[in-house]
Amino acid sequence: MTQLENQGPLWEVFIQTKAGQPFKHAGSVHAYDKEMAVENARDVYTRRGEGTALWVVPSSEIVAVSASESSSFFEPADDKVYRHPTFYTMPEGVKQM
Amino acid sequence: MENRVKYYLELADNAWILSHRLAENSSNGPFLEEDLACTNVALDLIGMAESIYNEAGKLLNDGTSGDDLAYRRSEWDYLNNLLSEQPNTDFAHLMVRQFFLDTFNYYNLTELTKSKDAFLSAVATKSLKEVTYHLRRSSEWMIRFGNGTEESMKRATNAINNLWRYTEELFTPTEADLSLREAGISADLNVIREEWESKVSEVFFLANLRKPENTFQLFGGKSGEHSEHMGYILTDMQYLTNKYPEAQW
Repeated sequence: MTQLENQGPLWEVFIQTKAGQPFKHAGSVHAYDKEMAVENARDVYTRRGEGTALWVVPSSEIVAVSASESSSFFEPADDKVYRHPTFYTMPEGVKQM
Repeated sequence: MENRVKYYLELADNAWILSHRLAENSSNGPFLEEDLACTNVALDLIGMAESIYNEAGKLLNDGTSGDDLAYRRSEWDYLNNLLSEQPNTDFAHLMVRQFFLDTFNYYNLTELTKSKDAFLSAVATKSLKEVTYHLRRSSEWMIRFGNGTEESMKRATNAINNLWRYTEELFTPTEADLSLREAGISADLNVIREEWESKVSEVFFLANLRKPENTFQLFGGKSGEHSEHMGYILTDMQYLTNKYPEAQW
């Protein structure tokens, strides 16, 4: 396993476990192009029945909140528990919310 | 009976020896993801070989197990083609060998799904899904090599030129194969040759790669006459069963 710096760009992998469910981040892979990214994702993350659908996204295309901004983004939500709809009872028969 | 076992062994040995070559690449891949991908292909091939060896053992009906067939035969008893045993000279050689054999396996298994032999047709149906993916991967590598850098083009061309001489053997039927043809058990290699050539031409066209002009061909593996590499493969592969004949796993 040589040439660590030459593995191609990084791609983020998202897996959907069942139709209708949200895609969840599973990890990342290196690949030189789209086809290779999908195939590498399949070979690394979905060999044990983890999912039935797959997205790969170039990591460089993901817009993220940086750590220095995080307090202004997230802290104002900390003291507003009333925003959680926890006072309602779940209707019967709802499995996924 | 005898011919059917031989035909089974030819199919199983091809998958088995190629899987060994791919397994040798484990931890030596160009990068982690490719390393895993090659090992995955090796595992698929081992699965296919295992089920055919076990069935061949049953047909022999003399106490020979699938493991005996995989690990306890002499070099000339293995009936795999010469191409499967060629070494992993570089990644281009590994992948060109894989592309040629994936293409062959794809059409061979497609034909075998129609076999009158219920076992072969079931194995072919199961393995075809895996091989469809193998072929997709190795075809894309060909296109990537050809349209990549000067170096990747040079290496792919070199590998094609070195390995082309083992391709004609894939389509040369053995006596066992021919004897099963009329009963509709074995696959017609003439049909597979045409499909193989057209697939290889299509991918080479997309990849800007060329078939070699030198059409010299080598034969022998399918009748047990192997290249010098085979002895080394078996020494490595049979080490455990030679050293610990009673080993169980």
